[in-house]
Amino acid sequence: MIVASVGNVLVWAVWILAAFACLGSGVAVVSFSNPFYSALALIGNLGSLAVLYLLLSAEFVAAAQVLVYAGAVMVMFLFVIAYVDPRLESPWAGGPGWQAIGAVLAAAALLVEIIVVIGLNAGGNLAHSHDVGGSFGSPSYIGRLFLTDHLLAFEITSIVLLVAAIGGVILGSHSRRSEAGVEPL
Amino acid sequence: MNGPNITWYLGVAGFLFGVGALGVLLRRNPLIVLLSLEIMLNGANLALITFSRHLDNGDGQIFALAVMAVAASEVVVGLGMVVALNRKRVPLDVDRLSSLRG
Repeated sequence: MIVASVGNVLVWAVWILAAFACLGSGVAVVSFSNPFYSALALIGNLGSLAVLYLLLSAEFVAAAQVLVYAGAVMVMFLFVIAYVDPRLESPWAGGPGWQAIGAVLAAAALLVEIIVVIGLNAGGNLAHSHDVGGSFGSPSYIGRLFLTDHLLAFEITSIVLLVAAIGGVILGSHSRRSEAGVEPL
Repeated sequence: MNGPNITWYLGVAGFLFGVGALGVLLRRNPLIVLLSLEIMLNGANLALITFSRHLDNGDGQIFALAVMAVAASEVVVGLGMVVALNRKRVPLDVDRLSSLRG
């Protein structure tokens, strides 16, 4: 009994740390004026989300999140930000003031809408979760699901990634004509 | 289930989605718009994994992995467009990118 309550307190502590790191770095991404700092804050956001995934016993997704997102995708982001050398801009700069107010109102409306919809549809049965087995979320569990029930989704995902890679190559390759500046935008 | 019940996780997911939407609507730099889009996708991912745990059903995790693949594709294409714009000396400002003609 004591062991169980100590475990409970520990999970709460980890959850509070991860959730506040997640929310704080999310706000930081939106509010930094330097895109480089925003990208670094997003890496922190993805890392703390991986901790939340671990608490939800989704081990494989947490590992994939750190490897794919915080590793590969964010490194590419940082390279591109260093390449284009962006100018600094304050979050509230540019455009008339009513645009910023409208943006805040629209985002707040979305948040309220999410909370209301989830509360109305699932509010009654969120308190008690099912118990999951020890292998839930492990690589073998995910692999079995991917190669049996979700084989089509697996294959289509690979095609999406291939098409995106081809698109990236086409967008990134320069033709001689546009290099010479013949066709201005 | 030790620790907070899933309502707390869903609150974090909703807040992340709202913050990401605010970034997409408010910021003008396409790089930060892409970063905010990532936050929105991750909010949705957290909700998927939360419900997957709640219902003891692995399909939500499969969907979350598919969302991660789509997010990676989106970053590749978006960053490719940013690099192409930069090469044409177009200012990086979403309000001034109003025509699609190359």
